[in-house]
Amino acid sequence: MAARSIRTRGERVGRLAVLAFTGLVLVFLVAPVFVVVPLSFTDSEILVFPLPGWSLRWYEDFFTNPLWTGALYNSFAIGLSVTVLATVLGTTAALGLHASRFRLKPVALGLLMAPLAVPVVIVAVAMFYFFARIGLLGTFPGMVLAHTVLALPFVVVTVLATLQGFDPTVVRAAASLGASPLFGFRTVTLPIIAPGVVSGALFAFVTSFDELVVTIFIASPRQRTLPRQIFSGVSENLSPTVTAAAVVLIVVCMSLMIAVELLRRRSARLQGKAQ
Amino acid sequence: MSEPIVRFQEVSKSYDGRSLVVAGLDLDVVAGEFLTLLGPSGSGKTTTLMMLAGFELPTSGTIRLDGRDITALPPHRRGIGVVFQNYALFPHMTVAENVAYPLRVRNVPAAETAARVAKALGLVRLAAFGDRRPAQLSGGQQQRVALARALIFEPPLILLDEPLGALDKQLREDMQMELKQIHEALGVTMIYVTHDQSEALTMSDRVAVFNDGRIQQLASAYELYERPVNPFVARFVGENNQLAGEVVACEGDTARIRLGGGVTILANAVDRLSPGDAADVSLRPERIRLAHGDGEARDNLVAGAVDKLVYLGESTRLFVSTPGGPTIVAKVQNEEAALDVARGRPVQLAFRAADARAFRVERPA
Repeated sequence: MAARSIRTRGERVGRLAVLAFTGLVLVFLVAPVFVVVPLSFTDSEILVFPLPGWSLRWYEDFFTNPLWTGALYNSFAIGLSVTVLATVLGTTAALGLHASRFRLKPVALGLLMAPLAVPVVIVAVAMFYFFARIGLLGTFPGMVLAHTVLALPFVVVTVLATLQGFDPTVVRAAASLGASPLFGFRTVTLPIIAPGVVSGALFAFVTSFDELVVTIFIASPRQRTLPRQIFSGVSENLSPTVTAAAVVLIVVCMSLMIAVELLRRRSARLQGKAQ
Repeated sequence: MSEPIVRFQEVSKSYDGRSLVVAGLDLDVVAGEFLTLLGPSGSGKTTTLMMLAGFELPTSGTIRLDGRDITALPPHRRGIGVVFQNYALFPHMTVAENVAYPLRVRNVPAAETAARVAKALGLVRLAAFGDRRPAQLSGGQQQRVALARALIFEPPLILLDEPLGALDKQLREDMQMELKQIHEALGVTMIYVTHDQSEALTMSDRVAVFNDGRIQQLASAYELYERPVNPFVARFVGENNQLAGEVVACEGDTARIRLGGGVTILANAVDRLSPGDAADVSLRPERIRLAHGDGEARDNLVAGAVDKLVYLGESTRLFVSTPGGPTIVAKVQNEEAALDVARGRPVQLAFRAADARAFRVERPA
């Protein structure tokens, strides 16, 4: 713990007020998410508190009902494809942007980041018309491409951040020692920036895995993803299976985000030592 | 002279298409020598080294290695060892893995790799450090690892880009000795870039002094210090009085030069001088003695008064103003008794004509 500094009475009161306010904000943000957790363990057909009894029947339904397992499978298939595509494209884009000094660099970066800034619904409408024209609407490649566009900025940003602490002379050193550009990239550059690449990949997966708006616009009726199935489950028939699905979604996304944070710390530690 | 290992022919480099960073460089490097490229920052010395390593492409001219044109050859196919100022070790590998990297690139069998890594680490006195990470080593140790890594694939040529720049003075001097020993033990050619003139003088067989993208002088340390060929070299290498004057008379290679006021001296004419020419005289402070009226034969005796004294331990630096003439700095050894001078006291400066080197200069009227 850091050494405590001496505070006046007024400062102590102020500090307590800040802590209390922060706590309230956190509760406000997180509580709705966690309300679904106990609800998913209910043994009742209707969602009420207090729970009439505990049961895992909704989880059983989630993992056996083809409607839900199909959605889960789709989400994973699309998510993993997006992860591979966005990571490869985003990493190469970040490397290129980092190395070059061309005049349109801010423009290129801005275009890559655009999906973050433009309202998702606009992106979705644009993609709907564009994909309809080129025949990608309601197809698996169409879904993967659409989610890749949304996931790309996260990969570019995390890899660029890692490259800030990357010493480019190690690449020259590798070349002087006889390594071809490809061998040098594989044995030197990639291992050093790996934490950023992996965080970017995890972000990309999560972006696709919990994406709903674009999916609603461009997916075919039979292309059900987990968020979309939850959405229709809520609006059509409120079965408690929805809460079980939500908990699965939360657990997957949260564990991936925790992994990202651990990687970030590890990377900071490695680079801090190398300086 | 044997065939040069490296030959620069008419090499120029420009980044913006207008100003030349390196201008028409011709340079032969003798196999086995320790050559230093010395110059202020921006003089083109590092760019020259980077073109030889293959990281920069010359705008014009050719570079040959062992007679082969390597001007456009990518760096990984040149087989030249490079040691960088910031070490450029691979942070994710151990010391042994770093040193083994060139052998890994070349698919050397594991057993042979292990033996050669051990030998290379032994050479730089880091045999026990193979399992450490670079971040766990001191700056000096990291630079020795970088050196071992550059030596292990037995390149005929090693380039060193200010490798000791980041180290403190004591460590730097130790490393200079060590580098010199390794150079002599292995007989490898080394090209060394530095802006530190004392480093250049102590280590090199030859020194190329760079300024404005050109080699000003290429000579041994002795030649460079004793016989600089132009005012820049005289100023850059060692300490120097740079005295502006006008040629009064010239006879053979001795010129009589008026420095202003009543001060006229005899100097060694480096360039052809004729009466009326503007000239710069460079005179090393330690070549100036204080005359004690003992009838010693001196070429020059200049009277002045001590303006300022700086005590340096083994010597004292005197700033002597001459009536109507320049202020001359003299460095006088502190022998036996304390120096018998004080501020404001009149002194006589004595020096040989051979130590005062006169260059012709163009001076705007």
